[in-house]
Amino acid sequence: MPTVTNSKIQVALIGCSHHTAPVELRERVSFTQQQALNAAAELRRRGILEEAVVLSTCNRSELYGVTVSTGGVVTEAMEGFLTDFHRIPRTELDGKLYRRMGQDAVRHLYRVTAGLDSMMLGEAEILGQVKSAYGQALDHGATGPVLNRVFQGALEVGKRVRAETEVGTRPMSVAFAGVKLAERVFGNLKGHRALIVGAGGVAEQVVEHLRNRGIGNLHVVNRSFERGAELAGRMNAEAIDWGSLERVLSMPDIIVTSVSGTEAVLTRTMLERAIDERKGRPVFVVDLGVPRNVAPEAAALYNLYLYNIDDLGQIVEQNKKAREAEIPRAEAIVSEHLAKFESWRAALEAGSIVDDLRKHFHTQREQLLREHLACGNDLSLEERERMARFSEDLINRVLDQPAERMRTGRGMRGRLGAVEALRHIFGLDEPRDEGQE
Amino acid sequence: MAHPLQWLSLVLYAASFACYARILYAPHQWLGRLGTLLLAGAIAAHYFALLERSRLTHTVPYDDLYGSMSLFAWLLGVTYLGLELLHRQRGVGAVITALLVAWMVGLEIFAPGSGSPRPLASGALFAFHVTLNTWAYAAFALSFVLSLVYLVQDALLRSRRLGAAFWRFPPLDLLEGMARGGVWVGLAALCCGVTIGFVWEHRLSGGFAWADPKVVITLGILGVYAAYLVLSRRSGWRGSRAALVCALNFLVVLFSYTVVNLYMTQFHRFF
Repeated sequence: MPTVTNSKIQVALIGCSHHTAPVELRERVSFTQQQALNAAAELRRRGILEEAVVLSTCNRSELYGVTVSTGGVVTEAMEGFLTDFHRIPRTELDGKLYRRMGQDAVRHLYRVTAGLDSMMLGEAEILGQVKSAYGQALDHGATGPVLNRVFQGALEVGKRVRAETEVGTRPMSVAFAGVKLAERVFGNLKGHRALIVGAGGVAEQVVEHLRNRGIGNLHVVNRSFERGAELAGRMNAEAIDWGSLERVLSMPDIIVTSVSGTEAVLTRTMLERAIDERKGRPVFVVDLGVPRNVAPEAAALYNLYLYNIDDLGQIVEQNKKAREAEIPRAEAIVSEHLAKFESWRAALEAGSIVDDLRKHFHTQREQLLREHLACGNDLSLEERERMARFSEDLINRVLDQPAERMRTGRGMRGRLGAVEALRHIFGLDEPRDEGQE
Repeated sequence: MAHPLQWLSLVLYAASFACYARILYAPHQWLGRLGTLLLAGAIAAHYFALLERSRLTHTVPYDDLYGSMSLFAWLLGVTYLGLELLHRQRGVGAVITALLVAWMVGLEIFAPGSGSPRPLASGALFAFHVTLNTWAYAAFALSFVLSLVYLVQDALLRSRRLGAAFWRFPPLDLLEGMARGGVWVGLAALCCGVTIGFVWEHRLSGGFAWADPKVVITLGILGVYAAYLVLSRRSGWRGSRAALVCALNFLVVLFSYTVVNLYMTQFHRFF
């Protein structure tokens, strides 16, 4: 595994997302699972990156890596690699790619994992996708100490943001809002029954959410039995013929209607009778039909909770605002973890800077000795050795204290600042000639 | 002047409330666990405070109004903690701990005195009688709070005005189950407590004080809560109507615990 502890650590990122590129371009630069692994291996093999992870979802393709080169050079090389890999002319990606280095790259990943950069704010899927991309890279040895730290931090950020803020909690679609509201009545849906009236697109989404939330029993009733049976078959539900609708109405705890038609499919009388047969147990009705499928006066029935598409739309709108209001808190978590990463990086850098300084001083010392000894031929061998020993001891003594302070000093931020300052003062950032080393 | 342990328990109840209230605003797993731990700590400190009080006064801790109210708070905390662990639900923790803090503060302000011990009020049977009855009242208080939360949640769901707290409180089904659980605990404790009370009284006087207002109202409480349990399963009653009945029943308990105890009964008076 390559080591990066003896040089300046830089996390690099290039990528494109729904913010910068249209779907036509995003699909051309996306990676399959195998391609992602191959690309990470190739980036390392070519020496562009020392560690690499490729994150590819339907909304973004991003290459993360660790480098010891300077920013512009590495992102240029990564961009070249991306265009070569997908055989896309470079001009097509002009203005569509973003490049980030150091803190900016890490912050970007943290925000992505938190769902703050997603098309739907706070969406949950991205956390799993980042976890999967990192897990595969880790299994194939494409990551190292730095990216391990970065991605583990990112996953922690993702979890914390979802656990501690409202960014990812409240439902953002009409279908999911209906299911979440049903959970507010019944709690865990495992032991409950649902009836889907109609087999339209939105109804299908509701069925999917109900299945994901572990609904115990699912029935589909549709005017066209074949279409209902087809949906039921796909969702592991049971199809019921339209004529039995009234008969089975007392059975479900949740009723979802999505039928086209001008008259209400479920009248107040039908629902009243169903509640009586249920011995007063509550029913949650989601009416997704336009015009409405459930008679509005049924909302007054005791223990019947009726939500139509407008009600759910309003809730989604409220939730959207609530999620947006949580962005500062989520950003605070991102910043907190970014500071932690920087502290860790500072500790790593503090070790490497002393080594770099020692190398730098030794190079200077050897050069100086060569110059002085060349013009001082009258010195004896013993004197020359003493001079060499003296200069060596001087370097060690000068560096002992900074090394100790770097190791034990308080405040990682300050330490990182000191590292950067030392690099700048002694010119350790500048590319050095191979011969000089 | 309250024992330092009593103050410690008050501080821990308040800290527990802070944690529960915080997770209502923003869920946090370890903060929720900390809230539970602090509540457990408060209950432990409160227990030792009651024990210490018994040692100092050489009598049961509920010998006067202060002790009785303190025991009530302790039992309320114990019953809630049990239900929280059983249902793995911290959603109403903030409400219960807020009630506990208010109760404990009220205790220090309004009932700081200690009554003189009555020679007849002693013995194991008497201790069980009073403890079980107080436990029953505490469990009914818990059901009252849960029923109120149910009614508020139900009203929000019907009005479609769903604020942040709506999504944090437990589902209606669970609230109903917890309230019913509290009533079952209360009824069981009250039945045992009343029976033991009759036995103790019979041993003491050879008869039963049926006409004592406290006895009458206690039997009434048994009746209204038993009716609640029946109604809460019946068509047309289960849900918000049953929750309303449960909440109203507690008014009878409050009447019994305050007006009857203080002014109407002869030998159930605390001071």
